[in-house]
Amino acid sequence: MIPVDYYLFLSLALFIIGVIGVLTRRNVIIMLMSIELILNAVNINLMVFSRMWGTVDGQVFAIFIITDAAAEAAVGLGIILAFFHNRETVLADEMDIMKW
Amino acid sequence: MNAPYFLDHIWLIPLFPLLTAAVMLFYGRKLANNVVSYLCAGSVFVSFIFSVGAFFQLVARPENERFFTKMLFQWLPAIPYHMFDGRLAKFVASWEFQIDPLSAVMILVVTGVGFLIHVYSTGYMAHEGGYYRFFGYLNLFMFAMLILVLANNFLMMFVGWEGVGTCSYLLIGFYFHRKSASDAGKKAFIVNRVGDAGFLLGIFLCSAVLGTVRFSDIGPALLAGHFQMGDPRLTAIALLLFVGAAGKSAQIPLYVWLPDAMEGPTPVSALIHAATMVTAGVYMVTRTNAIYQLSPKAMGVVALVGAITALFAASIGVVQNDIKKVLAYSTVSQLGYMFLACGVGAFTAGIFHLMTHAFFKGLLFLAAGSVIHALSGEQDMRKMGALSKRIPVTYWTMLIATLAIAGIFPFAGFVSKDLILGKAYEKDLLLWAIGYFTAGMTAFYMFRLIFMTFHGTSRVDHEVDHHIHESPKSMLVPLVILAGLSIVGGLVSWPEILGGNSHFVHFLEPVVGMAHEARVEPLKGPSSRMGEINLMLMSEGLVVLGILFAWYLYIKRTELPAKIAKSLNGFYQLVYHKYYVDELYDALFVNRAKDLGLALGWFDTNVINGVGVDGAGWLTRFVSRVSMWWDTWIVDGSVKLGARIVWLCSFPVRLIQDGLVQSYMLFIVIGLIGFLGYYFYLAHHAVH
Repeated sequence: MIPVDYYLFLSLALFIIGVIGVLTRRNVIIMLMSIELILNAVNINLMVFSRMWGTVDGQVFAIFIITDAAAEAAVGLGIILAFFHNRETVLADEMDIMKW
Repeated sequence: MNAPYFLDHIWLIPLFPLLTAAVMLFYGRKLANNVVSYLCAGSVFVSFIFSVGAFFQLVARPENERFFTKMLFQWLPAIPYHMFDGRLAKFVASWEFQIDPLSAVMILVVTGVGFLIHVYSTGYMAHEGGYYRFFGYLNLFMFAMLILVLANNFLMMFVGWEGVGTCSYLLIGFYFHRKSASDAGKKAFIVNRVGDAGFLLGIFLCSAVLGTVRFSDIGPALLAGHFQMGDPRLTAIALLLFVGAAGKSAQIPLYVWLPDAMEGPTPVSALIHAATMVTAGVYMVTRTNAIYQLSPKAMGVVALVGAITALFAASIGVVQNDIKKVLAYSTVSQLGYMFLACGVGAFTAGIFHLMTHAFFKGLLFLAAGSVIHALSGEQDMRKMGALSKRIPVTYWTMLIATLAIAGIFPFAGFVSKDLILGKAYEKDLLLWAIGYFTAGMTAFYMFRLIFMTFHGTSRVDHEVDHHIHESPKSMLVPLVILAGLSIVGGLVSWPEILGGNSHFVHFLEPVVGMAHEARVEPLKGPSSRMGEINLMLMSEGLVVLGILFAWYLYIKRTELPAKIAKSLNGFYQLVYHKYYVDELYDALFVNRAKDLGLALGWFDTNVINGVGVDGAGWLTRFVSRVSMWWDTWIVDGSVKLGARIVWLCSFPVRLIQDGLVQSYMLFIVIGLIGFLGYYFYLAHHAVH
């Protein structure tokens, strides 16, 4: 039986990689992929604790999150495509008009 | 009452020409020329038949019943108003036709001569454009003229009066593409406006003083009002009416339009500007003679203006070279005779001369038209000569008309002119002397015309000479008929002194013998039989002298006229240029009117447009600029101030909102780490 800590560290590593990806990469698609990593880190956490307590609550949450991720990916890609049509770019630091 | 047919249907007489005029003016373009001719001349002929019928049915009545009116409908509703003397009167105007000896004579002349001129026109206008238009106008003129002479009141007469003026304008300007013609039309119209203004004022004053505009009510109104001889109100009415008459009948000072009116086609000159329309003034004065007879001053003015016009126009006629211009001035001169007759109280003689003049002057114009036709449009007598053999019918008929107008025994003009001169002689020696002298001048200039046109050596242009031809039958037949009338026209009122019975004059007498105790003494014939004979012989002698003089100057010694003109150069130039009256009017009125127009134009540009319109524009711009300032600084400013305050207050917070997703993400992560750090801090202390 692999101890829970291992899973949590894996999850933490994935989360940190995701956060760093979101913060450092300028390409919005890669940022979206990094967000998927963050979500997966959360999923691993939920599965681990579900297993640890022997309940299915966490698994149900995970299913929801996967669904949500798929929806988010679809909507996010749609937004990116529409944005690309207008500005011919997918770089996040060029999307800065929503400010004072 | 069961009135005779033609008298009861008197209103149909003007209606026939009106119908064909309407057909011509609305559908004429589509009709063939001969259809136009038959319709238009036909309708006038039907009117003539009706006129003849009405005339004979009127004559068939006893002398004191020769008056008939036919009421069609009331035109204006009765409008009550106060007369000058405070009495209440009703202003009534109806379409009521009146026939009495005077209008009977007039409709006979108008429709009879009118019909002959229509027939003539079918030949004369055959090759002209706008054939239907010409006949449409001509028939419209016939309608208006018949309304004028059949009217029973001033207002209806005024409708006809303006109608003939309009048709005159349209027909003078018939060749409207020629500037001189359209100018002449405008001149005629405008000069007539001056007269018509006087006429209208006369009508107003008549209704204000007498309380009626109905001709047959004027006599009773004069009786009821107890007007004294020489009442100034009546003099004012009479003089104002005479202004109208002078405008329409081309008397001094309003005669200037008639010579220019010769720009119209020649049949128009014959019909409108010789035989009918220009005599409307004489007719009107005769129609209202009851007023004139109570105003010796007005009568004096009429007589004097007539006499001076006769002399003045004749003197201009002597030096004119355009064949139609000579006839035009002759017409003005003869109209002067008619007014002279009216002015001395011989209204019947005036109307008689009107009738004979319609015959011989109509004939003169038609014959002149035939000459012009033969010479392919040439009107200058200096380019004529020796035509008597080439166009014999025209020559002989024109010679007859010339003898008639000159007053040679026994032609029509002799009878009527000597009647006028005889009456003038009884009244005033000076008036008679002017008329007498004018008669000699008339003979001179008319025979000058005959000699220059038909005798002597030919001065016709070579290429025109080939085309000289006698006019078609449709033109010659009216000439011959009118020539016949010019010969025998005098017989209807052959003077008693020469064994006649003055039928015509007696026939008209009921019209001028208005029952009124204050009227002028009826004229007794010349004091003695020998007086009248002597007057006739004297005028015959002067006329023959005039003819001989013309023969000497224009046949025998043709070089003399130029020499005389040279030796009298200043005077000759003065007369040749018509005493510079047109130039005088230009300087006095026309240019002043133009100046007024320019001044008003300046006023419009600078005051109405400059101050008014542009000022309003400037004011609007100024107000809008103020409004804009208010909007920019006060309305917008307050909004912007609010925004500015919010902007200022948001200073520190604003900086973190840079629009970059990743920086927001960074803040979230920092926040997350902060929360976690705090949580761990709390957890660590909680342990201890």
